Parts: sequence; structure tokens; C-alpha cells
Amino acid sequence: MITPDRLALRRRTLIKSSLALTALAAPPIIAARGDTPVRIGMVDPLTGILSALAASEVEGARYAVERLNKKGGILGRPIELLVEDSANDVGTGVQKTRKLIERDKVDVIFGDVNSGIAYAMSQVTNELKVFHIVPGGHTDPITGTDCKWNVFRICNTTSMDASAVTGELVRRFGKKFFFITPDYAYGHTLQESFIKHLKALGGEYQAVMLPINTVDFSATLIQARAYRPNVLLNNMGGLAQINCMKQFTQFGMQKEMGLGGALFELESIKAVPREAQAGTWAMEWWWDQPKVPEVGQFVAEFRKATGKTPSARHWFGLVAVESVRLAAEKAKSLEGPKLSLAMEDMPLPPDVALQPGHVFYRAGDHELMPNIFVGDVHPPQGNPDNVFTVTNLEPGEKAAGPVADTGCKMVHPA
Amino acid sequence: MSATTAVPAPALSLRPWLTAAIVWGLLLTVPFWLPLVGGYTALAARVLVMGLAAMSFNLLLGFTGQMSFGHAAYFGLGAYGAGLSLKYLAASTPLAMLMGVLLGGLAGTLFGLLIVRRRGVYFAMVTVAFGQIAFYIAYSWNSLTGGYDGLRGFVRAPINLGFTTVDIANNDIAFYYFLLVVFGIAVGLLGLLLASPFGRTLLAIRENERRARFLGIPIERHIWLSFSISCAFTALAGSLYALLNNFADPMGLHYSLSGEIVIMAVMGGMRAFWGPLVGAALFVVVQDYISSMTVNWMSFVGLIFVLVVLFFPRGLLGMLQGRGSQ
Amino acid sequence: MLQLVLFNVTNGLIIGAFYVLMALGLSLILNLSNVINFAHGNFLALGGYIAFVLTPYIGFWGALLVAPILTAVLGFVVERLMIRRVYSRDPVYSLLLTFGLAFIIQDVCRYIWGPNGLPMTVPDVLAQPLSQNLFFITGYRVFMVAVVIIAVAGLFAFLRFTRVGIRIRAGTLDLDTVAALGVNVGLLRSLNFAVGCLLAGLAGVLAAGQIGLNPNMGDDVLMPSFIAIIVGGVGSLTGTLLGGLLIGVAGALTTIVWPAASEAVIYVIMLVVLVVRPRGLMGEEGMLT
Repeated sequence: MITPDRLALRRRTLIKSSLALTALAAPPIIAARGDTPVRIGMVDPLTGILSALAASEVEGARYAVERLNKKGGILGRPIELLVEDSANDVGTGVQKTRKLIERDKVDVIFGDVNSGIAYAMSQVTNELKVFHIVPGGHTDPITGTDCKWNVFRICNTTSMDASAVTGELVRRFGKKFFFITPDYAYGHTLQESFIKHLKALGGEYQAVMLPINTVDFSATLIQARAYRPNVLLNNMGGLAQINCMKQFTQFGMQKEMGLGGALFELESIKAVPREAQAGTWAMEWWWDQPKVPEVGQFVAEFRKATGKTPSARHWFGLVAVESVRLAAEKAKSLEGPKLSLAMEDMPLPPDVALQPGHVFYRAGDHELMPNIFVGDVHPPQGNPDNVFTVTNLEPGEKAAGPVADTGCKMVHPA
Repeated sequence: MSATTAVPAPALSLRPWLTAAIVWGLLLTVPFWLPLVGGYTALAARVLVMGLAAMSFNLLLGFTGQMSFGHAAYFGLGAYGAGLSLKYLAASTPLAMLMGVLLGGLAGTLFGLLIVRRRGVYFAMVTVAFGQIAFYIAYSWNSLTGGYDGLRGFVRAPINLGFTTVDIANNDIAFYYFLLVVFGIAVGLLGLLLASPFGRTLLAIRENERRARFLGIPIERHIWLSFSISCAFTALAGSLYALLNNFADPMGLHYSLSGEIVIMAVMGGMRAFWGPLVGAALFVVVQDYISSMTVNWMSFVGLIFVLVVLFFPRGLLGMLQGRGSQ
Repeated sequence: MLQLVLFNVTNGLIIGAFYVLMALGLSLILNLSNVINFAHGNFLALGGYIAFVLTPYIGFWGALLVAPILTAVLGFVVERLMIRRVYSRDPVYSLLLTFGLAFIIQDVCRYIWGPNGLPMTVPDVLAQPLSQNLFFITGYRVFMVAVVIIAVAGLFAFLRFTRVGIRIRAGTLDLDTVAALGVNVGLLRSLNFAVGCLLAGLAGVLAAGQIGLNPNMGDDVLMPSFIAIIVGGVGSLTGTLLGGLLIGVAGALTTIVWPAASEAVIYVIMLVVLVVRPRGLMGEEGMLT
């Protein structure tokens, strides 16, 4: 194998021989100090509509890398995080993944926030036998029907989030739901999952499918009102989710029914006006956990380092990096197959899990089993980041159901 | 009329054999020199695919004088055609490419009927809108195309040559050479086409549409044919893109990709046969490099557009040729 | 049912009014300068962000007035510095130029204001529903329509009664003659471009109040605006106006029968128009070929 510094030397000679144009493709030259670093490649949509979430994930990972490097890195080697922008485009994401593996020789791949890209990346990492963690792409098949021996996921599946919220909504408001759902795979999975859990509780529903980028919901809200549901379930994502809630509040419908949905994120809540800061939602991690001392300490240190309150996305990034360390120490290796075996059923220690209970990667489907934070979104109370109050901690394993239901058949390489 | 006067009409290339020899020499030896300068095989593969798309597009822009701003649609349809064929019909790579070309080519032929009477910006505008229809269909037809998430669940199949099997599925280098062979055949066909009487007629239309019409040339039919052929070759590039990624997604049909195809052609030199390939290589490499350096790569890419338009409108090869002929 | 239809027609007109604002600006620039401004959606975003910055100092009402003007000034500068250099060239260059500008402006917005969406608060008066029965018509929607009506009326009056406006219209029909009559065509085009950006900026402020701010906010309106122009007929501002309203209403009405197709229907309308009446509803024969 060519070490980075030898590569750099050769490259310099080449640039001199006037190949400067092609040499543009060369990576930033980082002088290797002491040991060869452990290289982690992270592909995330830093531009495009998911960029806010991606930025937080990368920031969380960077924070964890810095923190670990002060404590001796992974297996005594420093960690180097190489971040690439997938630009929310599958072709680019796949290409960047190949670049990181082929050229930069990374040991591990993280990414992507966009589930479609995460899936396409997992085909590449699987083909090249590279250990791959998906920190924040939610679609079910990644740890379900399309699960792979080298791929692990930190964020919940859409079904887990839906399952956790349904019970709470039924308890609080009633069993009659009206769904507003985006017409694509994510929306369909989400709605099916809600309906499955709602039916189990003896509920009834009506549902409307809308284009993903719907801006105006008045017609649908009129229809919803006529149905007189207990709960309006907003499955839309991004801007559409917010517009739907704004119009719901503007139309004064909050006096007549409850509002909720699967997933809301700190980044999104802060981007919406007060009237849309409402409803019952799931968070995949929440910073305000007075009963867990490790969380308080982490939040304080994170704020000091970055000036920000950590979100679930920051936590995903942090957990991804820390998981590699934990698995590498257990396996005493960075080889994909060994890392993968070490990760299976591996629990996260309290200073990484940052929540109560037993948090671990389930061996059967490689899905992390954390708690799901169900609660109410509200306008800021005191602290500008205090926009969510947890009312219920739902154990992830309960929400996920048995491995057999996920459709995953894990096959390890011989 | 949009007939360009800013750029004088040159022969296809100043020293065609020399240029071709350099291009082929570089392309054939990619796996040997690319890693030494910090590249990687997937990057070269992307250059080939985008280069073929830009060269196919340039049949229309550079050699017929019509500007489509919706060519990503045919590129993307090619990708979906190939992906759907691999997923639902048979695990055959050649069949996938054929289906991709058919889907993109037929769509182009049909749309072409509706736009051949338009010129200049209006031609561009309607092609954009048509492109977005294709984008929209891929984006919303969940059950067939996978919708927003893209089409997954297919992989390129090894090529069976009878006496031996080429494993393009798991061997990057083999796949690169496979791409190169397809690229070579396609580019050869484009070259033959341009050298044919039909190609000469297209040039005549580009240079002076009115005069060509007076000569009795059926302008609309020629533009329609040129558009259809250009779409079919672009679709071929798209089907290769699907094979490269083992995935097809709606962004591959979006008009922002159309814009990139246009800038590749212009940047390399739209009046030179190899111009679009050079432009694609420059664009893909620069974008790959900058986007690793900074999150604000979009500004740099935008700047490339602006600088090329304002200061290098003839493109790299156009400038080299211009200098050579003086 | 009738009530539902009426609800949706109203709704469609509101959405259509928004497309109209964008499409008219695009159309103005297209007609006089033969340029498709791909950056038009980004001028919309700029208008919104400028309003966001100004609101703390001069309030929403002040921002509503000033932000579009500043957007127009920016548009004027961009036209003078770059776009006018390519008028004499093949149209491919102007397309690429505005396409590149779109990249740059979007990235600059992201750089300055961050990738996160930002909420924009509108005065309380506008945020309330008009009445219990008409709960879906908030004050802000009525206000949006009113502003659009005023802006469109203002634009048509400007084109009909002011000297610059008349010259713009004349230039659309025959630029060479206008130039021969001694009109400074360069300046005319710059002013015209600025007016187009003014409308985009105004649309941006209105959109910010309705859906909030983000760097990509203009992207989704660009395509419907193109379609409004094609459907209405290239070359005709009245056509653009009708086209915008038509696709707005069609989208809203489709929501009643088949919500998932509400986006698709505008493309279908375009296809039908192009097949049945290629020059568009109000387009003049000569403008097309």
C-alpha cells in the first residue's frame, strides 16, 4: 500500500512535470504524524434541502473525533474525518463513496441523511466490504428487507417512530385519525406503520396522499375538518410539514383536534414560526434529560465547544464515531467483517448512549435500539432551544417489534 | 433566428488525427496514470459517461445550432430504462442498454415533434418544460420507478462473450474498459454521422437556416432527426450511468443536470468534435475537487459558468483551434 | 360539493396569483431581451431574505416596500455587469449565465443566512382567519392577492402610460426600430430587467410571510412560472397572467378529485396546449418560430 506521504511526494514530482490540471483531483495533503490515522469517510448532503440536518450530523462527528483524539484516538491511532458532500444526489453520493474508499482508503464509511443515497452507498460498501454506519437515513429497508452484514444504523426506522407516537396520541386524544401523507415510499411506510398500530388499538382513520412539495393544504384541511377526527396526523416532511402545521393553526383547528406525527427535529422546530411549534411528536434524542447526569455534562461541554445545543443529529454523528471506537477496541481491528461482528449486540456506555436504559445494536437487523422520546413541541420557554417537553420514553426494542417482522435476513460473509 | 455569428465555422478539427490519438491514448491508459495524480477509477468512469452525454447533446447544439436545455430528461430516461430492464426483464447488461436507448430515444422522438418549429430561447424553454415532465413522472410514479427514493434493486450483469465472461459487476477496471468500448462505438457512430451528407446538411442549417430552406432542405425534419438521434445517444450515456451507480434516481432527469451538460459542451468547445469530452473531464474533475474542499462549491461551479460565458465563450478546444489557424 | 369547488377555486386563484407575479417578471425579460432568467427564483429568495433583514428596523410594511426595490437594484447591477454582455451572442450563453448566477446566489444565501430555514413573522392583523365560516381564508392570503392585484395593475399601467413602459412594449415588438428612433436600448433593457426583479423580490417577501425562508425557496416556483408563460403564450403578458391563474386553479381543483395529481395537472395542461394550440392561449403566431 502506498502511504499518504509517499503519495504526496510522487504527486509533487508530477505536478512539477506540468500535469497540474489533472492533479486538481488530488486530495488535500495532510502530513501523517506518528501513526497512520484511522480514516473515517462521511458522505452527507451538505447542500440541498437536507443541508441543515447534514451540517449537524457532521458537526457532531467532528466534535466526537476531536474529543477522542485528545484521549488517544482509536486503537492508539489518531482519527481523521474526511467529509464529502453528496449534494442530495445519488450519483454524486455513490461517486464520493467510491472516492473515499478507493483513493483515500478510508476504514469506515458514514452516511447519508437521504435514505435513497444511504441505500445506494450501502451497495458500494457491501461490494467493497467496507464497514458502513448510516447515522440518519430513516427508510425501513436499510435494516429490513435490504439489510447487509456491513451496514449498521443509528437513527430509528420510520416504523419505530410511528409506533412510539401512536400509543401516546391515542391515550391523549382518541382513536379517530386523519392522515396527511406525502406520496412516496417514506410516506407510505410511515402511514402503513401508523395504521397497523392504530388498528391494533381499535382505531379508525381516513387518509389523503399529497405530492411531497405541497405548499397549500387548505383543501385537504377542509376535508379533514369534515371528518371530525381526534387527531390530525401530519406525515409530511420538511417545508411541507411546516406549511401544513401553520395552516392548521391559522385555520384555528387546534381547538378541535390533536396534532401529531412521527418525527420532528430540533433544526426544523427552530426554523418555524410560533404557530407551527405545536403537536405531539417523536424525537430520536433530546438534550434536556435532568435525570441523566452524563447528558447534562455533555450538553455543557458541547455548548462550550460549538456554541450550540446538541440536536438528535449531533448525537447521531457522535454515536457513529464512538461506535467505531468501541467496536474497534472490542475487535482489536478495523477490518470490516471483524468490526461488524463486534458491533452486534454491543451496548453503548452511558457517556455515549446519553440516555437511560440499555442501548445496543441489535444483531438480527443491525438497528440501534435507543429510547424514543415522545412529547410535545411548543414555543421556546426561557432557553431558545427549550421547545420540546418529553412526556414518555418508549423503549426502541418495543417500538421496533421482533426482528422477524423487519424482513431482515442477515448473512455474514463466509 | 439563432444562427450564431460569434464563432466562425471551422473544420471539425485542426489536426483531427493528432487530437484523436491524444484523446484515445489518455483514455486507454487511465487505470495506469490516474491513481498517480490522485484520481480514481470511478471518476474516470463518470467523465466517460458525462462526456458521451455532452458529445451526444452537442450534435444538436454544436452541429445543428439548436439549444436543448432539457437533455437530462433523456439521460435519466436512459438510466431508468436500463434499471427497469435489469430489475424486471432480465439480468442482461446489453439488453438494459438497449431498453435505455429505446426509452430515451422514443421519448425524444415524440417530444421532438412538438418542438421542432420553435427556435432559440423558445426551443430551450419548451425542452426544459418537457424535461421536467419526465422528471415529474419518475418522481411520482412510486410503484414503478421508486419515486423520490429512486429505483433500486438491480445490479449490472457480467458480459458473456461466448468464449469468456467479462466480470464488469465486481471489477472496476473491467467496467471502465467496458464503458470505454461502448463510448468508442458511440463516438465512432457520431463521427460517421457528422461526416455523412446528413451531418453536412445539419451544419448548413446551423450556419444559415434561411438559405438552407431556400435550397429545399426540409429543415424541420432534419432538426427533428438530429434531436431524436441526439436524445438516443444521450439515453445511451444515461443507461451507462445507471450501470455505473447500480441505481437510477429522479435527479438524473432534473434540469440542473441539463445545465451541466450544456456547460460541458460549451466549456470544452461546442464547435470541436472532442470539445464536449474535454469540457466534461474539466467540469467533473473540478467539481469533484472543489466539492471536497468547501461546502460552498456551488459558488465556484456558478463562477465557472459565468467565467466561461463572459471570457471563454469558444471553449478550450475552440481557443486552441482559433490560435492554430491564425 | 359546490362549496368545496368554490373553496378550491378561491384557493387556486391565490396560488395562481403568486405564479403570476413570478411569471410576469420572467416574461418581461424574455420578451424584451430574449433571455430566460434561470436565476429568477433566486431573486425571489433574495427579496425574502432582504425583507427578513430589514423587518427588525423598518417593520414588515416597510420591508414590503423596500425589499423589492433593493432586489430590483441588485438585478439592475447584475444586468449591467454581466447579462448585457451576452445579448448579441447565441442564446445559449445567456441561459448558461443566468444558470450560473442561480448557483451563486443560492450558495451566497446559504453562506450568509445558513442552511436552516428561517421563520418570518407577519403582523398579527394578517395572521387571523377572516371569519369562522371562511376559516381557510386567512388575512394574509387576502392581503397577498390584494398586493398581487395592485402590482399587476401597476405593471400594466406602467407599460401603458409611462414613457419607459411604452418603449419597453415597443421594444418587445421591434427592438431595431426603437433603437433607430434614438432610444437607449441598453438602458431600457437594464430597467426592464430591474422591473422583472422587482416583481420577483415582491413575490419573495410575500412567500417569506407564507412559507418562511430557505435558500432553495425559489426553486419550486420557477417551473410553474415557465409553464404559465408557455400556456399563456410567449410574448403576451395578458397570456402569462391568464396562464398563471389557470394552472393555479387547475391544481387546486384537482386536489378535490385526486390530490396526488395536483402537481401533475399543470404539466398535462401544458402538453394539451402545445398539441392543440402550439402558440399558447394568447400568443401571437410570429413569436414562436
